[in-house]
Amino acid sequence: MMSETAGQLQGGMKGSGGGMAGKLGYVLLYTVLIAVAVLQLFPLVWLLFFSLKNNQEVFNLPPLSLPMNPHWENYGKVWSAGNIDVYFINSVWITVAATALTVVLGSLVTFAVTRMKWKGSSIVLGLFMVAMMIPVHSTLIPLFSLFNNAGLIDHPLSLILTYVAFNMPITIMILLGFYYALPREVEEAAIIDGCSVNRMFFRIVFPMTSSVLATTAIINMIYNWNEFIFVNTFISSDAYKTLTVGVQNFIGQYTTDWGAIGATLMISILPILITFLFLSDRIVEGIAAGSVKG
Amino acid sequence: MDKVMSNKKVIALYVLPALLLILAVVYIPIVLTGYYGLNEWNGIGAMTFIGLDNYQALIKDETFWGSAWHSLLLALFSGVSLILYLMVAMVLASRIKAANLFRKIYLIPMLLSSVAIAQLWLKIYHPTNGILNSLLESFGVANPPAWLAEPSLVLFALFIPILWQYAGFYILIYYAALKNIPASLEEAAKIDGANALQIAWKIKLPLAMEVIKVTVVLAVVGSLKYFDLIYVMTNGGPNGASEVMASYMYSEAFKSYDFGYGSAIGFFLLVICLIATWIIRKLTVTKDTIQYS
Repeated sequence: MMSETAGQLQGGMKGSGGGMAGKLGYVLLYTVLIAVAVLQLFPLVWLLFFSLKNNQEVFNLPPLSLPMNPHWENYGKVWSAGNIDVYFINSVWITVAATALTVVLGSLVTFAVTRMKWKGSSIVLGLFMVAMMIPVHSTLIPLFSLFNNAGLIDHPLSLILTYVAFNMPITIMILLGFYYALPREVEEAAIIDGCSVNRMFFRIVFPMTSSVLATTAIINMIYNWNEFIFVNTFISSDAYKTLTVGVQNFIGQYTTDWGAIGATLMISILPILITFLFLSDRIVEGIAAGSVKG
Repeated sequence: MDKVMSNKKVIALYVLPALLLILAVVYIPIVLTGYYGLNEWNGIGAMTFIGLDNYQALIKDETFWGSAWHSLLLALFSGVSLILYLMVAMVLASRIKAANLFRKIYLIPMLLSSVAIAQLWLKIYHPTNGILNSLLESFGVANPPAWLAEPSLVLFALFIPILWQYAGFYILIYYAALKNIPASLEEAAKIDGANALQIAWKIKLPLAMEVIKVTVVLAVVGSLKYFDLIYVMTNGGPNGASEVMASYMYSEAFKSYDFGYGSAIGFFLLVICLIATWIIRKLTVTKDTIQYS
């Protein structure tokens, strides 16, 4: 109520006095915002352009010229010749498997910590949260030798296990807020009706969290899709490499073919861009939730 | 109710899989990295216990301190760039109609892999055909530098894509924090005759301080362990001019096969990150008590 009146008052003042200055101010603000938007998008637009050109066009035409006769064959060429198809499929299934596992295991922990009564629950939660501060690089050498001893070097399981472990803290953090807010009445009713904890969790609570699960799953997928250092360290054969490392190796071999490089990069970022186009609200929400609460 | 909900078997079943995994993949390795640092080891053969030799060598290792200095510079850049992000967020939070669209556009680079970003910026910085030098030449700059090959420029050149990559992330966080400030406060201040600058400085900034503190930790610690982009773009070169702690660790372990020394660097990196977190928290806590007392 108060703010409404104040708003009206301010609006009234604007209408009578500072209209011109106010408008100019807004033009300036929008100019700043649009300039930042252009800076953020410009490199990607340029990438799209040169992914559709051949070397002759890249070297001889102005860099910002539109690809007048787009060379879509750049995409077809790298897809099959550069092993990019194999890397792409690996990225998809490893991302999906790790994400599914993280979200389910994270939900179980969050449920046990927020809903069940037991002594060390806050210590256990603390262990998960502190893990967020540990730089992955400090674990890299021991993980390499542990996986080596377990026969998991050059095996996709080494990636899935590390992805699940390192994404667990942020997953639990995003889930926590939602679980704290869930009404307890549902659980009480279920238990009075003689429902077991397992049944209650999987049939009632887990489905109730579907919206936050979607958010955490998308965040996990983005992280897993983009992960580089573990693949680069643990995986040596082309059959198991994911796109990040695959792209890196491929480009290393074809440093001079700009169109091919552009097409490879576009293929590696397109899934993310398309996901963002449809699910931007969830992604924004997930990134905000996973960052500030720490 | 209580009895069902404190069933030890169920709790163990729910917590242990994730807990054991995080112990095995996160906590045991950080203990091991400290221990490996006490050994001479090529990663394959037998370990020889050499006590603190690696750590002593590390303290005297100029390359390491050079890389630590570069990491620190990146952390400083990142810290300063937060001011820029905060300013954009303030503009964005001031009754901008398409604010939601803007912040989504800003976020796009942050969603892409560092490898893709690094490869793209390698092309942007390409000495002859890159977009940057093409533009500079069209504006009449005669001999634009080969950005990534100049030891004096390379760190700054590397920092630009980092700035670009994370802008949307921090703007998003700041925007959310600023939007949380009740509009009535701003309007009351306006009635009292405060101008936009005073409102930003005296009202918005203090109220967003909690979030700002978190972002300072994120930015500084994130920069101290920065790796992917630098590894792809310069791999520490030219001649070590862009070597950072994580890239030095990586090349010691996986190129020189000195796993013991690499582990010692990894352990230092861990300790430095934890100390940085602790220091920033301490510093910002004191500020906080002054503010509200």
